[in-house]
Amino acid sequence: MIHSRKLTLANFWVAIGAFAVASGMAFMQSLSRANLDLPFRTASVYYMSVTAHGVLMALVFTTFFIMGFGYVVAERALGRPIVSRRLAWGSWWVALIGTGMAAAVILWGRATVLYTFYPPLQAHPLFYIGAALLVVGSWGWCWVMARTWMTWKKANPGVRTPLPVHGMLATIIVWVLATIGVAAEVLILLIPWSLGIVDTVDPLLARTLFWWFGHPLVYFWVLPAYVIWYTITPRIAGGKLFSDPLARLAFVMLLLLSTPVGFHHQLVDPGVQAGWKLFHTFNTQLILFPSFVTAFTVIASFEIAGRMKGARGLLNWLEELPWGDPAFSSVALAMLMFAVGGFGGAINAAYGMNAMVHNTAWIQGHFHLTVGTAVALTFMGTSYYLMPRLTGRELELSLLARIQPYLWFGGMLLFSIANHLTGLAGMPRRVYDASYGGSEIAQQWVAGTGISAVGGILLFISAACYVAVMLGTGLAGRRIDPEPIEFAEPLQGENGNAPILDRFGLWFIVAAILVIAAYAWPIFEHLRMERFGSPGFAPF
Amino acid sequence: MHVDLYEKIWMYAAGAIIVVFLASMGYTTLGRAMQPPSHVETIDPASVRTDEEFGRPGVTIHEDGSATVVVQAFMFAFLPLEIRVPRGRDVTFRMTSPDVIHGFQIVQTNGNTMVVPGYVSQFTTRFDTPGEYLIVCNEYCGVGHHVMSATLIVEDAPGTAGASAGIESSAATEGDR
Repeated sequence: MIHSRKLTLANFWVAIGAFAVASGMAFMQSLSRANLDLPFRTASVYYMSVTAHGVLMALVFTTFFIMGFGYVVAERALGRPIVSRRLAWGSWWVALIGTGMAAAVILWGRATVLYTFYPPLQAHPLFYIGAALLVVGSWGWCWVMARTWMTWKKANPGVRTPLPVHGMLATIIVWVLATIGVAAEVLILLIPWSLGIVDTVDPLLARTLFWWFGHPLVYFWVLPAYVIWYTITPRIAGGKLFSDPLARLAFVMLLLLSTPVGFHHQLVDPGVQAGWKLFHTFNTQLILFPSFVTAFTVIASFEIAGRMKGARGLLNWLEELPWGDPAFSSVALAMLMFAVGGFGGAINAAYGMNAMVHNTAWIQGHFHLTVGTAVALTFMGTSYYLMPRLTGRELELSLLARIQPYLWFGGMLLFSIANHLTGLAGMPRRVYDASYGGSEIAQQWVAGTGISAVGGILLFISAACYVAVMLGTGLAGRRIDPEPIEFAEPLQGENGNAPILDRFGLWFIVAAILVIAAYAWPIFEHLRMERFGSPGFAPF
Repeated sequence: MHVDLYEKIWMYAAGAIIVVFLASMGYTTLGRAMQPPSHVETIDPASVRTDEEFGRPGVTIHEDGSATVVVQAFMFAFLPLEIRVPRGRDVTFRMTSPDVIHGFQIVQTNGNTMVVPGYVSQFTTRFDTPGEYLIVCNEYCGVGHHVMSATLIVEDAPGTAGASAGIESSAATEGDR
């Protein structure tokens, strides 16, 4: 049973609201890039909306959804209410106020710095303060979650931490290590600089601290999606989890490897020595391993589901899966896209090949497969499962819910393929108008931006379906006796093996050592250089 | 810890793929000396416009036929607007920004670097196909980001035949402030 239903729903509703606004922004952008003349289409509105889309989707939608989902997992899997619901509510308020501040200055046009906010582009101070509050709120969530687990552990000595909680604890450790980087950037460098307390900032140091945060941020999104894939989807499919210890192994590996990799986002930066870039590149490629393991384990779990329903042939177990249930189809389609996105990611992080795709449209093609589908579509599908169980209302407009994942998949296929190809053909990302004064080379991108716009239309329809189903369910769904939230049983029964995978204190220390190994020396060397800071610019 | 046989095979295969990825990167890095632009040199962004080198952006052709291209990237243009370099010779690009972060991407080549104020970006490359190339800024730099571009023209240098193309790049000196 879920004790903190209201708290969980409060987090989900903020996530859904952010998603709705950001989807509208995205629709406008994909049409704009195809050079369609829209009312109010100007460069400053475009770049403002790219900022709003990035911040609301990547930071607000994800963080609030993950916080709400974390509370569900903790209470359901540990069978006890979270500790200090007051702190949890306080964290929600702090994160919400921060989000409101940042969103207000973005929409006001005073913070068109994109979600990466690289200085010396300088936003209004409230943008940085708002972002910091969002992170502080999420730290409160981490504290509540960790304390709840510790309290449970004390009351249940010798009992193995349930797998979904294991995955959420890995998420929390990744998040704590990641946010040290962005907290240092925002609190030490950017807030004093935007307030005029200091005159200049070192843009490269800020970039380094941002990507210390920016890559594990990706795993902060992906890990909860993995928790869903491993522990909820196999159950929805009617099967069992193929391997519990390998799921734990994947979580631990991701926890260790997600932070010491940030320089692969800075492969073509000046001022960073090649050796450090290579070291981070190597670490990045190792992250492929836990994702390969996940692909096998989760698909094998689906096969078990198909076989339990009587499938005998080589592949006909696929037909037995509940493709009409959006909570399942969304995850299955999300995983398919993640496989492609994963290989693309290996290319992005490849030391040499990166230069062909760095900051081209390829990149947005890539991360709309990973965060934009693997994570976002999984979260949408999971809301179809959780909302009726949390609100005690039947899913409304369920036909829309059924087609929504397929619309997303189709739209993203068009959007992403088109952007990968135009990116390979050299089209830069984040441009309002890619015609470059009628340049012949730029003409080659026109077909791609057109296809991408069609994809954007489908994605917008899909997003609208999702929001309609959520609002319909929350406001007008028929009252029902909610079914329980259940996690998949492992195939191998009780799994007392590999207890070392549950040693979170140990893994936290190892992960911290890896972060120090990856960053301490390059940052120290950097600080010793003769450096010249930059004043702020607001060319928007 | 029990691991199913098929999954074991899969895990070995995944490990092998990663080893292949790493080995190919190790080979191109160490064997072929392929490095992303990672030049370390700082400069005061306030002095860029009056700097001896960056205040006078342009192309210098050296005696051995190689070229050095000095570029200023600023909101919202590159200087020089048109860059002419010889085909088949080492071309060293050196650039910096007096304002915000920009990108410098020679479209449909692997010439791609960030331009960060306070730092000098530098890379050396060669162009084997003559013709006109589009250079774009690929890092958002403000409301005029999408108009920030330049042209690169690769042309046959006079007296190309017989001249030996040196591996060593340019006479570009470090620390010209």
